[in-house]
Amino acid sequence: MLAKSPTRSSFLAAVLMAGVAMPALADKASGTLDVAFTKELENVDSYFNSSREGVVLQRAIWDGLIYRNPETNEYVGNLATSWEWVDDTTLEFKLREGVTFHNGEPFNADDVVFTVDFVANEENGVKTQRNVNWMDYAEKIDDYTVRIHLKEKFPAAIEFLSGPVSMYPNEYYAEAGPSGMGLKPVGTGPYKMVDVVPGQHFVLEANESYHDSPKGQPEIAKIDIRTIPDVNTQMAELFSGSLDLIWQVPADQANKLAQMDQFTVANESTMRVGYLQMDAAGRSGDTPFTNKLVRQAVNYAINRQELVDALLQGASKVVYTPCFPSQFGCVQDVTEYEYNPEKAKELLAEAGYPDGFTVDFYAYRDRQYAEAITSYLNAVGIKTNFNMLQYSALREINMKGEVPISFQTWGSYSINDASAIVSQFFKHGSLDSARDDEVLEWLNVADSSTDPDTRVDNYAKALNKITEEAYWAPMFTYNTNYVFKDEVSYTPTADEVLRFVDMSWK
Amino acid sequence: MLTFILKRLGLALLVAFTVSFISFSLLFLSGDPAAALAGETASGEDVEALRRLYGFDRPMLVQYGEWLFSAVRGDFGESYYFKLPVSNLIAERLQVTMILGVCGILFALLTAVPLGVAAAIRPNSLIDRFALFLSVAGQAMPSFWFGLILIVVFAIQLGWLPPSGADTWRHFIMPTIVLGYYAMPAIMRLTRAGMLDVLGSDFIRTARAKGAGETRVLFKHALRNAIIPVVSLAAVQMGFMLGGSIVVESVFALHGAGYLAWESIARNDLPTVQALILVFSMFYIVFTFLADVLNAWLDPRMRSA
Repeated sequence: MLAKSPTRSSFLAAVLMAGVAMPALADKASGTLDVAFTKELENVDSYFNSSREGVVLQRAIWDGLIYRNPETNEYVGNLATSWEWVDDTTLEFKLREGVTFHNGEPFNADDVVFTVDFVANEENGVKTQRNVNWMDYAEKIDDYTVRIHLKEKFPAAIEFLSGPVSMYPNEYYAEAGPSGMGLKPVGTGPYKMVDVVPGQHFVLEANESYHDSPKGQPEIAKIDIRTIPDVNTQMAELFSGSLDLIWQVPADQANKLAQMDQFTVANESTMRVGYLQMDAAGRSGDTPFTNKLVRQAVNYAINRQELVDALLQGASKVVYTPCFPSQFGCVQDVTEYEYNPEKAKELLAEAGYPDGFTVDFYAYRDRQYAEAITSYLNAVGIKTNFNMLQYSALREINMKGEVPISFQTWGSYSINDASAIVSQFFKHGSLDSARDDEVLEWLNVADSSTDPDTRVDNYAKALNKITEEAYWAPMFTYNTNYVFKDEVSYTPTADEVLRFVDMSWK
Repeated sequence: MLTFILKRLGLALLVAFTVSFISFSLLFLSGDPAAALAGETASGEDVEALRRLYGFDRPMLVQYGEWLFSAVRGDFGESYYFKLPVSNLIAERLQVTMILGVCGILFALLTAVPLGVAAAIRPNSLIDRFALFLSVAGQAMPSFWFGLILIVVFAIQLGWLPPSGADTWRHFIMPTIVLGYYAMPAIMRLTRAGMLDVLGSDFIRTARAKGAGETRVLFKHALRNAIIPVVSLAAVQMGFMLGGSIVVESVFALHGAGYLAWESIARNDLPTVQALILVFSMFYIVFTFLADVLNAWLDPRMRSA
């Protein structure tokens, strides 16, 4: 986009650094925390958006039945006080009593039944079907006991119920629907939304009567969020005192801001993983990537550590597994391809390409990373025709199987379970470029077993085969920078979710 | 005059129709709206479900016919992205863009025309050099850069103006200057050239010879003639400002129609893009039409054209 060229960023930072008199507008006094979003959020209704900004608001406005502590990854009750598996496809919840929605509606089993039945029905068009389509329906046992029936075995249910699945007020939602909910959201969460200008402006106020939730009580009285597309403008607002917190700040700017003493720059990793996808199944025609030696050569050709040190920086880490290390089932003892360009050349020669070959290379984001990656490939003799496409365009040809090799990333929707990435791409779906039957079988077992050990074993088998066959070249995890005024106290978590409830004034 | 207006009007409608059809076909070819709609986290199956739900699997002509039928009745459908009626969305965003566009073109005209006239009266003088410098700088300076410089100086260092947003009139000062400055050089150079041309012509000498005052010569005789191409240019610039203020809107976080168009294209939000293209092309058509009428009024000879 126009807004993100590095030259522009460095330029503004340089100007700002050149001795600027800073007007100190303490927002601590006003009690309002001013925050910027970069992207226009389509709909505040969390079932009808698929963006990071939406997740941030979802965690503030609504609650789930379960809560996962983002530091310990432990599951504790939130709107539910306890839960148990009645059988492989039935979960029973005891609900917390005395909770009310922001509009005064009491929370009980009817709300759970209505929410689950509404979102699980495909016709209602929930945007990210994967978050909800494992649920069949919900059943009220009594006012504070409810069962959720699954379509089939789905052990990641707990993770989803602590993440994207939040509870809506039945009477209000039946009347308002997704568009009404988007304009005037009502939840049980620590913050209530008092003003929405679609895509542009969101104002949250602390929920004074928030229940005794594991999320904790809101400390900052008011959060004012404006959408400011240009990162430079966000920085200008931060300097002029009209913003208190910005996030997703590019590394070069964050480094400069870190040198100034009135801002805190916090860097945390995200669940996003960057990898090369190769057409091992040969869907794009006669491609060298059907040869395992070539795929291994690609893996050896990439200097992952250098990419992390020079480009991604911060909390980013090198990965060899096709998943994020904290995800359940993402075992780390797999085949690792250390940077070894000589070995890569040998393997290419052995595969019958002593002089290398030329291939169409695709990418959709982070052009500078993609270009660095192609230069590693070029160095071992794989010449690349570089194609930068819009996300939807690349996805379309990828689904048709027309892409020999591409630089891809996947954020797993912050789901801390390996199924959110491995099963997404290796179960013979339209984005599966490996189509390995053995992997499919293991993943089927891992995805549906309720025994954690069986799950780990089968993910381990699948991941070992995937890395041994070098279907992908997993490279690094992403990170993000949060910059806020020194008077703000906040410790970001590793899942790229901005939690207003964890923020306070110093 | 009436025949002239009716003729132009018919032509304008034809242009609007053609633009909408061409843009619809191009959008249709440009990518899979279902994939964009589903977002990054969706699976291939999600995309398929959406494709059926929105009817993207039907032939293009059917989809276009359906759109046109609703559009002529003022119904532009619902934005795929915001799930809100496109007409509401555009009406809201257009306000910002209109204010910005009108202020921008006024700023450009009010600075460029006097400077152009002054430069033409004293060619190669200091004021001419100054005007030349301004216009070269205006053409050479990217508007995002100029915008950021203004923000750094007036919002951060001096603290006089808010850096971004659209809440008060003070929010519009910097965007107006940036947008207007971008349009200024062309208007100024055209005014100067036109004035120089006219001032050298016989009827000006005649006017001076019969003893008309210099002010009268300049404004009644010369400017009225020199301004005709400027009116046409300003009309095009105005259309450009209403549809093309994307960079300015982005830098100053003004959520206007230009920025909406830019973002909607990336989101493959077809109903919004389609409606915006129609609105923008209508602007061009209306302004060109108004410029034609205005010119016909300024110069009766053009009425026969």
